[in-house]
Amino acid sequence: MAHGPAKGLSRWLFTTNHKDIGTMYLWFSFLMFFLGGLFALVIRAELFQPGLQIVEPAFFNQMTTLHGLIMVFGAVMPAFVGLANWMLPMMIGAPDMALPRMNNWSFWILPFAFAALVSTLFMEGGAPDFGWTFYAPLSTTYAPPSVTLFIFSVHIMGASSIMGAINIIATILNMRAPGMTLMKMPLFVWTWLITAYLLIAVMPVLAGVVTMMLMDIHFGTSFFDAAGGGDPVLFQHIFWFFGHPEVYIMILPAFGIVSAIIPTFARKPLFGYSSMVYATASIAFLSFIVWAHHMFTVGMPLAGELIFMYATMLIAVPTGVKVFNWVTTMWRGAMTFETPMLFSIAFVILFTIGGFSGLMLAIAPADFQYHDTYFVVAHFHYVLVPGAIFSITAAVYYWLPKWCGRMYDEAMGRVHFWIAFIGLNVTFFPMHFSGLAGMPRRIPDYNPLWADWNMISSVGAFLFGAAQVLFLYIVIRTIIGGKKASDEVWEASHGLEWTVASPAPYHTFSTPPEVK
Amino acid sequence: MEQKYEPYYVPEQSKFPLFATIGLFLTVMGLGNWLMEMSNGTEGKGQQVFLLGLVILLFVMWKWFGQVIKENHAGLNSAQLKRSYVWGMGWFIFSEVMFFAAFFGALFYVRTFALPWLSEGPTAEYLWNDFEAEWPLMTTPDMAANGEAATVLGPEKNMSNPGIANWFGWLPFWNTALLLASSVTVHFAHTSLKSGKNQRQFNLWLAVTVSLGFLFLVLQAEEYIEAYEHLGLQLNSGIYGTTFFMLTGFHGAHVTLGTIMLLVQLARSVTSWAWRLPPIIALIVAFYVALFGGHFALSIKLAMVGAACGLLIFVAAMKPNGIFHHDDCFGFEASSWYWHFVDVVWLGLFIFVYILG
Ligand code: HEM
Ligand SMILES: [Cu+2]
Repeated sequence: MAHGPAKGLSRWLFTTNHKDIGTMYLWFSFLMFFLGGLFALVIRAELFQPGLQIVEPAFFNQMTTLHGLIMVFGAVMPAFVGLANWMLPMMIGAPDMALPRMNNWSFWILPFAFAALVSTLFMEGGAPDFGWTFYAPLSTTYAPPSVTLFIFSVHIMGASSIMGAINIIATILNMRAPGMTLMKMPLFVWTWLITAYLLIAVMPVLAGVVTMMLMDIHFGTSFFDAAGGGDPVLFQHIFWFFGHPEVYIMILPAFGIVSAIIPTFARKPLFGYSSMVYATASIAFLSFIVWAHHMFTVGMPLAGELIFMYATMLIAVPTGVKVFNWVTTMWRGAMTFETPMLFSIAFVILFTIGGFSGLMLAIAPADFQYHDTYFVVAHFHYVLVPGAIFSITAAVYYWLPKWCGRMYDEAMGRVHFWIAFIGLNVTFFPMHFSGLAGMPRRIPDYNPLWADWNMISSVGAFLFGAAQVLFLYIVIRTIIGGKKASDEVWEASHGLEWTVASPAPYHTFSTPPEVK
Repeated sequence: MEQKYEPYYVPEQSKFPLFATIGLFLTVMGLGNWLMEMSNGTEGKGQQVFLLGLVILLFVMWKWFGQVIKENHAGLNSAQLKRSYVWGMGWFIFSEVMFFAAFFGALFYVRTFALPWLSEGPTAEYLWNDFEAEWPLMTTPDMAANGEAATVLGPEKNMSNPGIANWFGWLPFWNTALLLASSVTVHFAHTSLKSGKNQRQFNLWLAVTVSLGFLFLVLQAEEYIEAYEHLGLQLNSGIYGTTFFMLTGFHGAHVTLGTIMLLVQLARSVTSWAWRLPPIIALIVAFYVALFGGHFALSIKLAMVGAACGLLIFVAAMKPNGIFHHDDCFGFEASSWYWHFVDVVWLGLFIFVYILG
C-alpha cells in the first residue's frame, strides 16, 4: 500500500492507482481532442469558400461524423472521467477509487475502441458518414460496411463508461472520510455523482439502439424499417432518449469545476451551495423528459410538440439558478484573474449565450426554421466549447500544480486564454447568422450567400486550433520545467485536495483525514 | 482514529484489466468481422478471432474472480470494500434494467404509434395499399403493398395468450411458473444460509434453482422451434417477429448468464472437483443433446435434462463444503439479485409480450 509507482511501462499498463489512471484518461482525451480538432479543420478548410476545393463530399461526411463522435466520446467524456479519477478520491478523503482494477479496465477499453473506430477510415467504403447522431436509415440501409465496426466500438465504449460510472458512484457513496457528509461534498463531487447516475441510465439505451441497428442490418429485423412495420422515427426517439441526457453528461461536471474555481478567485464561499445541488438534480431529472425537442420537425402530434417544448423551457429555470449563483459569488468578491478564473468567467458568459440560443430552439414553431441549420451548430458549440472544453481547460490550469507540483507560466496561460476566447467567438458567433440566413448543416458546398460568414468562421477555427497547440506546449513546459508550486497553490483555495503536498503523493489518505 | 480504521485494500497492480480488454476487443471485433463476412458472403477469420477473444475473456474473468475470492479468504476485504462490491452489482443491474427498457420502449412505440400511423389516411392508402394495423402483426406493410398473404400462422397459436382456461397447455405459462418458483427457491437458499446452520439445505435449494433455470431454457428453446418450424414466425417476419425474438431472446440470454452464475456459486460450495464435475458435465451433455441432438419430444427433453438436474441436486445436497458464511456470501448474493432481476424482466415480458400480445 505504501509503495510508490512501479517502474517503466508496466506502471501504466497494470496500474490500479487513481492518479495514474486519471493521468492516462487526460492524455488520451488530449490526443483525441487534437484528432477531432484536425478533422474539424478539414471541415473548416473545405468550407472556407463555396464550391468543392479540398475533399470529396463523401469524405467530408466522414469527417463531420468522426469529428462529432471523437469529440463527444473521445475528448469530452474521458477528460471529465480523468478529472474525476484524479480529484474525487482526494476531495472526499478516500485512499483510491472504490474498485481500482475495474477502473483500469474502464480506461484501457477506450484506446482500443477508438483505434477500431478511426481505422474504419482505411476500410473499403470508408468510415461512418451518417453524422454523430447516426439516424436510421442512413446508418442502416444506406450505411457503409464500416457501420458494423462502429456499432461494436460504441458497445465497448459504452461498457467503459458504465463501469467508470459505477466506480464513481461507489466511490462517492462508500468512500467518504468520516464527517464528509453528503451536503459537505464539493460541488464537483455532487455533479459527478449525478452525472454518473445519468451515464448508467442512458448508456445502456445507446447500447440498445445500436444493437437494434445491428439486427436490422445483419438479421433482417425491422425496428427502423416501415416496410416491416417498424419506424425510422423510433430510432430518433431512442437515440435522443440517450442523447439529451448525454449533453448534460458533458456539462454537469463542468458546472462542478466552475463552482470550485470561482469561489477561490473571488475569495468568497460559493453562493447558494444547496440550491446548486438541487438545481443539478432537477436538471438531471428534466433531461429525461425533453428528448423530442431534437425532433420537432419530424412530424410529431401537436401534443408532443407542446409537451416537449414546455418541458425543455423548464430546464432554463435550474440553469438560471446556477448562473445567478456564480455571478452572485463574484459579486463584491476580491477578484483576481488568473488563467483558471478567466476560463471560468468566459464559461459563465458564453455558456449563457448557448443556453439562450437553446431556448430559442426550444420554441417549437421557431425551431421549424432553425432546425438542421448552422444556428443549431452555433448553439451546441457555444455550450460545448466554452462550456465543456473551457471548463476542462480551467480545471487543468487549476489543478495541474497539484498534480505535478509545478506552476504553469501565468503570462502564457493568459495568452492562451485570449487566443482561444477570440478564436472561438470568431468561429462560432457568425454561425448564428449563417444559420438564420438558412445555411443547412453537414454540407460540403453552399450558396455564395453565406460565403462571408463561413470565411470568418474558418479563420477563427484555425486561430482556435493554434491556441490549443499553445496549450499543449504550456502543459508540457509546466511538467518538465515549471516553478515549484506550494501546497495550497492558490491563496484562497479550499478543500481536502489542497491539504496534501504538491505534487500529490502517489497514495493519499490511506488513513482518512478528519473532516470538520 | 488510527485504530478504529480498517484499511481499504487497494491492489498494487493487476494484469487482469489489460488482458480482459484484449479479450473483449478480439471478441467484438471478431464478431463484427464475422457478421460482415456473412453479409458479404466472403471468407475470413472473423469467427476464429471471435472465439479466441471469448476464450481469453472467459479465462481472464475466471482468474480475476478467483483472485478476488482469494483476497477475501485472506482477510483483505474490509466491510467497506464489501460495500463497494454491493454498490457495484446494484448499479450494474440498474444498467441492465435500462437496456431492457429500450426494447420495451420500442415495443410500446411500435404498437401505440408506428403501426396505427402506418395504417392511417394517405400513408396507408398510397404507400401501403390500405395496410391495416393488427397485433400480432401478420401482414407487414410491405406484404400489403405487394398484395402478399401472411406467411405466419396464428396468432391464436403458441405465442399469444390462448385465454386463461387454456393456460395449462401454454408454454409461457409454464415458463412463468418455473421462473417464479425459482425466485422463491433461491430465496429459500438465502434464508437457509442466513440461519447459519444448514449448508445442506442451502445447496439443495440452490441446485433446485439452477435446475429450474435449465428447464426454463429447454421450454424457451421449444417455443422457438415451434415458432420457426411450425408457425413460420421468424426474426425477419416483420416487427412482431422482431420484437418477440429480441425481447425474449435477450431475456433468454440473461437467464443463461444468471443460471451460469448460480451454477458457479453452487460448484464453489460443493466439496471437490470430483463431485462438481460429473453433474455439471451430465447437465451440459443432457442440455446439448436435448436441444441439438435430434427431434425428441418435449417430454423426452425434459426427462433428460431433469435427470441431470436430479443428479446435480443430489450431489449438491450430499457434499456441501460450507464455503459461504452467513455474513460473507457476496458471490451468492450478487448472483441471486441478478436472478431476481431476470425474473422481474420475465414478468414484464409475460404481461406485455404474451398476455397483451
Ligand atoms: C438551456 C439549456 C438548453 C436548451 C433549452 C437546449 C435546447 C436545444 C434544442 C431545442 C436543440 C435542437 C435544435 C434542433 O436540432 O433544431 C438543441 C440541440 C443541441 N444541444 Fe442544446 N439546449 C440546451 C443546453 C445544451 C447543453 C448544456 C448542451 C451540451 C453541453 C447542448 C448540446 C446540444 C447539442 C449537441 C445539440 C445538437 C445535436 C445534433 O443535432 O447534433 N445543449 N438544444
Ligand atoms: Cu437536447
